[in-house]
Amino acid sequence: MNLSFWMPVAVLATSLVTAMIIFLLPERRHTLRGTLNLIAAIVKIGLVAFMIFGVMQQQSFETRFALLPGIDFVLRADAMSMLFAGLSSVLWLFTTIYAIGYLEHAPNRSRFFGFFSLCVASTMGIALAGNLFTFLIFFEMLTLSTYPLVVHRGTKASLQAGRTYLRYTLVGGAVLLVGIALLHSMVGSLDFAETGTLRDVPSEQHGLLIIIFILLITGLGVKAALVPLHGWLPIAMVAPAPVSALLHAVAVVKAGAFGIVRVVYNVYGIEFSAQLGVLIPLAAVAAVTILWGSFQALRQSGLKRRLAYSTVSQVSYIVLGSALFGPLGTIGGLVHLLHQGIMKVTLFFCAGNYAETLGIHKIKELDGAGQRMPLTSIAFTIGALGMIGLPPTAGFISKWYLGLGALDSGLVWVLGVLILSSLLNAAYFLPILYRLWFKPVTSAWPDEQIKAARFETDPWLLFPTVATAVFTIGTGILAASPLSPLSWASLIAIREYLP
Amino acid sequence: MTTLTLIPALLLIPLVFAILSLLVTRPWRNAFALLGIALQAVAALSLSWVIFTEGASSTALGNWAVPLGILLVADGLTVTLLTLTAFIAVICALYAFFYLRAYPREERYFWPLFWFLLAALNGIWLADDLFNLYVGLELLGLAAVGMVALQATQQSLAAALRYLLAALFGSLMYLLGVALLYGSYGTLAMGQLSDLMVGDLTTQIALLLMTLGLLIKTACFPFHYWLPPAHGGALAPVSALLSALVVKSSFYILARIWLDLGTLAVPIGLPEVLGLLGTCAILYGAWRAYTASEIKMLVAWSTVAQLGYLLLLFPLALNTTEAAAHLAWQGTLMHLLAHGFAKGAMFLAVGTLVLAARSTQLSDLAGISRKLPMALFAYGLAAVSLMGLPPSGGFSAKWLLIQSALHSGQWVWIIVISVGSLLSAAYLFRVFSVSFVEGKQRELQPTHPMLDVTALTLALIAIALGFFGMIPLSLMELGTPLPESPLPTGGQP
Repeated sequence: MNLSFWMPVAVLATSLVTAMIIFLLPERRHTLRGTLNLIAAIVKIGLVAFMIFGVMQQQSFETRFALLPGIDFVLRADAMSMLFAGLSSVLWLFTTIYAIGYLEHAPNRSRFFGFFSLCVASTMGIALAGNLFTFLIFFEMLTLSTYPLVVHRGTKASLQAGRTYLRYTLVGGAVLLVGIALLHSMVGSLDFAETGTLRDVPSEQHGLLIIIFILLITGLGVKAALVPLHGWLPIAMVAPAPVSALLHAVAVVKAGAFGIVRVVYNVYGIEFSAQLGVLIPLAAVAAVTILWGSFQALRQSGLKRRLAYSTVSQVSYIVLGSALFGPLGTIGGLVHLLHQGIMKVTLFFCAGNYAETLGIHKIKELDGAGQRMPLTSIAFTIGALGMIGLPPTAGFISKWYLGLGALDSGLVWVLGVLILSSLLNAAYFLPILYRLWFKPVTSAWPDEQIKAARFETDPWLLFPTVATAVFTIGTGILAASPLSPLSWASLIAIREYLP
Repeated sequence: MTTLTLIPALLLIPLVFAILSLLVTRPWRNAFALLGIALQAVAALSLSWVIFTEGASSTALGNWAVPLGILLVADGLTVTLLTLTAFIAVICALYAFFYLRAYPREERYFWPLFWFLLAALNGIWLADDLFNLYVGLELLGLAAVGMVALQATQQSLAAALRYLLAALFGSLMYLLGVALLYGSYGTLAMGQLSDLMVGDLTTQIALLLMTLGLLIKTACFPFHYWLPPAHGGALAPVSALLSALVVKSSFYILARIWLDLGTLAVPIGLPEVLGLLGTCAILYGAWRAYTASEIKMLVAWSTVAQLGYLLLLFPLALNTTEAAAHLAWQGTLMHLLAHGFAKGAMFLAVGTLVLAARSTQLSDLAGISRKLPMALFAYGLAAVSLMGLPPSGGFSAKWLLIQSALHSGQWVWIIVISVGSLLSAAYLFRVFSVSFVEGKQRELQPTHPMLDVTALTLALIAIALGFFGMIPLSLMELGTPLPESPLPTGGQP
């Protein structure tokens, strides 16, 4: 029992304990609750940063105890887990600030922020989980803690969305459980390890391993919104904007994508996966998802729904990256895990700002909003250009490496998918930008809630939006610096291939 | 030495307090109730500690040796169940202490019945011969029926009568089987019978009769009909005790009969039939819970479904590999514990909700997540365990059962278990769905905070089992007749 044992626990505890305290606080203690939330978020970033530096110096942090006969509960900081933990802890801070502003006059804030913290605790658990069993524990915890957030408004539509959400995710969880149980009965409980753990399984069992791979990816694919398992995501859009940000950028969808990354790299191992021949079908599923999501996004008239389908499409870049055999593809997939999060959170913050300030929900109502809300619109523009993949944004870096990875692994058709998807992204984002900046204001805003004063909207909403937009540019421009997501992803990618 | 006093104490304390609570009036009765609860808790915990440190032990009452005297055996399994009983009973009693303020008339009869129930349960866990098990079952049945009838409304009396008939018929079947066995072997002590028993026809018929009786008492499908009105209509602490403990005791006897005594006499197909009955219970119980309009009936039907999992023990543990049987035992015990805590918590939490809303209709609970967050939270944690979602005892149980099924290559039970837990999610989430509805809300009566604390305690234990499952699992291995450890139950004196 030392620092190494307690660090991962402490990271989880910062949000678990916060959640417990918030549940117990009376509803009216808004300031105290907000302060607590922010302190916890900052402390968590500090702890994660400490662990990241530790991992860089080959220090290990591991919490381990026996849960059941033959099964350990393992939380461990490795390079891969720090990638996800770093992303979630930083974005959590911004989402918390945003949520405090967004829910300023809403009821049931105690319940909301309690589950909000639980949700992040589960995400941290997913990031730090050291084996599939521990991963599953937090994966299911995430499902349960996001349900109250999805149905938070208590309207008929949101309750229906909650039901759909549960139907998808619980069935996904059950499939995942069967896959994990099967794998456990074959090889026992194996910790995640760089370059994978299943290479030595005798070849007559490879057929079963392929079936298990399919079960695992199906179970995880529900949360990662792989087509045709994506149906819950657009429906869950009825939730408040910070929840959408959480679902799309910080926690749920990411958890699914991260799980797929874990399975491919740290359970099966990328080389062994290639040998089993499961990577090409995975790439095909990802490609279909990318294109399908983009086509659907084109057809949406609501801003949030368009963004939702855009998530369906963009998250599969991560899956695509992990299905490309070769370090460049790996880098592209991993770095997109971070980049997509930062860009998408920006876009959802903007959508929330438009809705809260001016009551805008439809794309056609956005005409001329650039003049009324310049900072939000600039942030939106940056996020949208990032999604399309224009330099110097973060999205460009992802696409560049994915493209190189596709060529590297000899899958030229993937390059076609990437180009087509970028064109589609442009097709559904550029008209929005055109409306924002070049169309005149035609009529009154649908429902103007916040008048323009010193700032165009509530500063609690504006600050996180601008901050993440700056990040979107920053991670693109400073991609070569040693602390950038790209450098970290490259560090991981090198370790995942056999020497 | 200590066990010599502790084992009988677990029977004597409840009996003494049962009589005391009949003799004294209200303020004293409450004081005695608290004192008795404390004593009982101390005795059970010390016995667990002694067994944990010193190993299995037995005590011959009055120093008469078997087969003349009564042998009480405390091994790891027994102690695990005694501890479960002590925990749940103590917490339910605390809950009842505050809950029954709203029911002064029922309070008078609750305590004596509660103590008799506890004595019967402890007797069943400790007994090591088939006749004492019968005595325990009868006492338990009568106490339980009395508790169901407490409110003395037409509805509760009808439920109690139904329960009584089922319980009596079940006991009768069991007694018939016991008589047949006594005729063949001349002893009813488990330790002796397990050495003597052969697989002849008389033995098989005897065991099948006992099985039938015990299935009725455990409310296994298709003999479940008495359970929902009895558990769903009773007072909250009564429902909790009945669902968490009482139905488990007859299952415990059933498991011991087949896995401890009758391993050689298993008729072909019996394990599969029992497994099939369990599957039907899981599916039908879930369906009825899903369509129930009263919240307590929802929880009661959920008990019917959850009891189905217990029956999966037989196909998983009989005539399979040792590893599979061992995992099945562990999984079943874990399920028994987790369901005990979770269902106890759930009935207590739901009792608070009903008390506050003055209505048992699910639709009347709209929007209570604002007003009674703690009770709902306890319900939620209990639901996590019942759905078998991690981290919880229910999940650990599910995992162990699935591993057992994988080891014995019986895929079908994996599907049953997975589908069953999805179905339980479907009906348990109905309550959340309603509780989040915004809009016009009922006036709620204030409730005592201890009601929430007790329910939450049980629920947290159900969750904690997911992290500390090793403790009961290693405890139950001490000197038990597990497939892997061929120790006979209890030493011969």
